[in-house]
Amino acid sequence: MRNPLSDKVVNIKPSGIRKFFDIVSEMKDAISLGVGEPDFDTPWHIRDEGIFSLEQGRTFYTSNAGLKELKVEICRYLKRRIGAEYDYNKETLVTVGGSEAIDIALRAMINPGEEVIIPQPSYVSYEPCAVLADAVPVVINLKAENEFRLTAEELREAITEKTKVLILPFPNNPTGAIMERKDLEAIAEVIREKDIFVISDEIYSELSYKGDHVSIVNIPGMQERTILINGFSKAYAMTGWRLGYACGPEAIIEQMTKIHQFAIMCAPTTSQYAAVEALRNGDDDVAMMRESYDQRRRFLLHAFKEMGLPCFEPYGAFYVFPCIKEFGMTSEEFATRFLEEEKVAVVPGTAFGDSGEGFLRISYAYSLDNLREAIGRLAKFVSRLKQEKN
Amino acid sequence: MREKILQIVEKNSRIDLKELAIILGVEEADIVMEMQKMEEEGIICGYHTLINWEKTSVDKVNALIEVRVTPQRGQGFDNIAERIYKYPEVTAVYLMSGGYDLLVFLEGKSLKEVSSFVSDKLSTLETVLSTATHFILKKYKDHGTVLSKKRVDEREIFTP
Repeated sequence: MRNPLSDKVVNIKPSGIRKFFDIVSEMKDAISLGVGEPDFDTPWHIRDEGIFSLEQGRTFYTSNAGLKELKVEICRYLKRRIGAEYDYNKETLVTVGGSEAIDIALRAMINPGEEVIIPQPSYVSYEPCAVLADAVPVVINLKAENEFRLTAEELREAITEKTKVLILPFPNNPTGAIMERKDLEAIAEVIREKDIFVISDEIYSELSYKGDHVSIVNIPGMQERTILINGFSKAYAMTGWRLGYACGPEAIIEQMTKIHQFAIMCAPTTSQYAAVEALRNGDDDVAMMRESYDQRRRFLLHAFKEMGLPCFEPYGAFYVFPCIKEFGMTSEEFATRFLEEEKVAVVPGTAFGDSGEGFLRISYAYSLDNLREAIGRLAKFVSRLKQEKN
Repeated sequence: MREKILQIVEKNSRIDLKELAIILGVEEADIVMEMQKMEEEGIICGYHTLINWEKTSVDKVNALIEVRVTPQRGQGFDNIAERIYKYPEVTAVYLMSGGYDLLVFLEGKSLKEVSSFVSDKLSTLETVLSTATHFILKKYKDHGTVLSKKRVDEREIFTP
């Protein structure tokens, strides 16, 4: 029999952290700080609206690009929160999570061999999605001394004749880094000069702890060359509803909609009705969750300081990214030993790119009680390692 | 800061004040001072514990009593409310809008105890016109806390 598989797909490495978490799931009384989704339930009024839509028999497809009602609310939200204007009809597409939007944005924009710049450490899907879109991924290794922000110099150095798209993943998973207005202004200059495009993954935008999130589309001349991606998973604790969206220039959204309609048809109808409620009446829920995350963030940073574990202050998402280089172990060795000896799972920074070596991703999408217990174990482990060293 | 402190201690009055200071990003001394002030000002009125007595061997009966009264000249409802809330078995008294005036929460050891309170003490008060007693059969949620179910983390492991 012939080989039934595509070389392109076979050659994509499976995600490195899967193996690690299989161990966790089999280990009794292990606690995890590894999960990348909110610990809150979707607020009840949002769930209730989803249930109501089912009771009303709204069980059909919606139009391909999404419910008109929802697209209108998305545009109102973007106007309200980041001051950007989009046409709900031509510049907005409702997708199955932000992740689908990333995939189809790349597929809509890339010709074979064109380069996509991916700053790392970052979400693990960008690189495989770029490869599947026949792009050549070009990685920028972000630096701890820049608090894992992307600098204009780093960007300029990575751009070649073939560069088409920059993926801009801020607030960042796994580092928690953000880009402030001045940082965005600096890279925008390079982006305009080199005439490249941006896919801005702003799924964590509502989880910003140093003033309001600033989007790249707020920088002059950037909205016309940016696909803005956001969604409901992180802001409204709606991961399982699988709902996101992309906004951008009509020409790109039109082609993305083409892929979306042939591959997906439309995003889940129930989720779309629930999302309308989220955007209309969910601001207080978002504020409440943001405040909770912020409290946990302060708790962790304080705990790291006490145990002498260096960590820059992250202002976004729900991750902290402490440095463990002083112990002379790789991230994976550290995480494995920590799991075996103290039964706490954290994710090695290398799962998110080579530049994550020497760091750990610790999620604070856990209750303070859980964090207190887990961090107690981390303090014990760290002090043991420090003794071993001496 | 007050509002944030209150939001947290309302749910967890046992929180360590040092930790409270850390998560709010302020000094512990400031928290201690604010808490003291709010106690003095009568904003923080107590640090009670939410107990599900149904799970213990202690027998308790809880009832809500709707009370219609004649307000007194110059006193309104305050006087009569005070006469009612002074009974230790009364756990709460609210002045209500609508079809009745006072809502009285009562806790007793038995049905008999509650009913004799209503017939002997409450309805015999001069200003009380009528009472309607409702016994609580089961508490599902109290003070914002669901009593019956314990929350478990059902998030599945996924990549990334």
